[in-house]
Amino acid sequence: MTTIMATSAAGKKTSRFRIDLRSWLFWLIMAVWALPVLWLVSMSFRDNADILSKFEIIPTKISMNGYTQFFGDPTWIGSYMNSVTYTLLNTVMSLVVALPAAYAFSRYTFSGDKHLFFWLLTNRMAPAAVFLLPFFQLYQSLDLFDTALGVALAHMLFNVPLAVWILEGFMSGVPKQLDEIAEIDGYKFGRFFLTIFIPMIRSGIGVTAFFLFMFSWVELLIARTITSTDAKPIAAQMTRTVSASGIDWSLLSAAGVMTIIPGIIVIWFVRNYIAKGFALGRV
Amino acid sequence: MDGRKKNNKAWFLVAPVVLVVAFTAIIPLMAVANYSLQDIQGADNRLFVGLDFFKKVATDPNIQEAFGRNLLLSAQILFIQIPLGIFLARLMPRSGWKASAALVVVAIPLIIPWNVIGTTWQIFTRSDIGLGGVLVNNFIDYNLSESTLDAWVTILVMDTWHWTPLVTLLVYAGLRSIPQAYYQAAAIDGASAMAVFRFVELPKLKRVLMIALLLRFMDSFMMYTEPFVVTGGGPGSSTQTLSILLTTIAIGQFDLGVAGAFSLMYFLFIQIFSFVFFTVLTLDERPGATKVSAKGKTAVKQNEKERKPSSSKVKGVLK
Repeated sequence: MTTIMATSAAGKKTSRFRIDLRSWLFWLIMAVWALPVLWLVSMSFRDNADILSKFEIIPTKISMNGYTQFFGDPTWIGSYMNSVTYTLLNTVMSLVVALPAAYAFSRYTFSGDKHLFFWLLTNRMAPAAVFLLPFFQLYQSLDLFDTALGVALAHMLFNVPLAVWILEGFMSGVPKQLDEIAEIDGYKFGRFFLTIFIPMIRSGIGVTAFFLFMFSWVELLIARTITSTDAKPIAAQMTRTVSASGIDWSLLSAAGVMTIIPGIIVIWFVRNYIAKGFALGRV
Repeated sequence: MDGRKKNNKAWFLVAPVVLVVAFTAIIPLMAVANYSLQDIQGADNRLFVGLDFFKKVATDPNIQEAFGRNLLLSAQILFIQIPLGIFLARLMPRSGWKASAALVVVAIPLIIPWNVIGTTWQIFTRSDIGLGGVLVNNFIDYNLSESTLDAWVTILVMDTWHWTPLVTLLVYAGLRSIPQAYYQAAAIDGASAMAVFRFVELPKLKRVLMIALLLRFMDSFMMYTEPFVVTGGGPGSSTQTLSILLTTIAIGQFDLGVAGAFSLMYFLFIQIFSFVFFTVLTLDERPGATKVSAKGKTAVKQNEKERKPSSSKVKGVLK
């Protein structure tokens, strides 16, 4: 007995020491990992002449030129807001169609359900480049070209399957007895789904919303192809910083930093569920 | 998934999704198929050419090269990122504010728009003004726009930087779901750290690793934006991925027939590969596997149940 306690105490001591070392190693790696982004941030606070004339790790001459240019120019702010608009629109639309479908997959079997599920996933596997030409023509013929609604619809191509996949995982974690009890209590399906079931899985919905936001926010190829001026995304605007005098590094980095901010804000809200969300709700 | 009721009315619930995906996927795919089978010269001048474009794509040396290159890139990406992701996930703090902070820090590369990833690395690796470029240049001669090897390694490092966090988060979620009792049992048995990983953690990680492998393969095989921004596919065509080549053919040269045939073959390859991959990895989870044992091999099934108390317990709870 005493020996067991002694070894377990010793084990604790060494393991605590080991965990400490591991945690240091982890933060060290993360510090290296952060370097490219930190470099982008440091560049955004310097002006062009300074960036090109000397190499320094910590900027000595702080300049807000990049940001003033970004906020002073309506095309930059406009394209930034375009991106926010279609991203939010896409998140809401994808959730609305995916919620009932995910419920169906998690609660019922029906003819062809497995095939349908796999077919949905195949759209997540579709290279965006494949869809460029037909999207271009389709959205033009439907008057959706260069509109936020058009981009939001196009992004549903990969976001809806993802939403169904993640939500199905979270919904399967809710015991089916809940549905049965509600039915016995006389709840109609619609009321049960909206007032009981959806609140039950709100964390799952939050995580799904985060992923939808993220994947729509980071996508460039499709968004760029089906827009020209009115709904131009910030990502496309960023490819136009090249002028006769070369690349405007300062403005480019400032815009880059601005595009990272929304992600960091939404990630903070779902930080405790991210890991589960990435595992598609079923670990 | 067990104990679900058979109800074909569930189709009404999935109908909106089917409609949306039909609009965003089937109609465009039909258009692509249309391009691939006809030589379209003008609105009223089109010629059915059958499989000519497919033959052209299959024998095109540029496309073949891009295919091989992308396959090699994907293989290297999987080979580096999966072990590195597992390694990082095992180092991550598991509780308290440190765990939350670690999750946010790890996830940051994933929320950056892909072209900004490209831009960030473009700035970072410039040999005149970039921190990474200048540092590396102190040791070896590094030039992204001239050396094929440098460009390739940069793409590989950038992708590892960008996507290893995804593997890490998946594995982290998997590790968190392992009950503490498993570790205690292993400690009582005096299992080494290696043995704990091999026999306690790895079996539990199978599912998340499968998702990680699938997602990483698919995404690396359709990578476009990041290499396009950093190297533009160059020098020459040394970092030209399949998606970059396809976009050049479709939008740049507006060669509809070849682009259409290329698109379909590309799409099919990813699907078949993923399907085979998925099927092989989930062989033992398939309903067919249990049916065989239910018919005549009850003893085997019993034995399996005893060996896997956890999984049968989970199933019981779900029922």
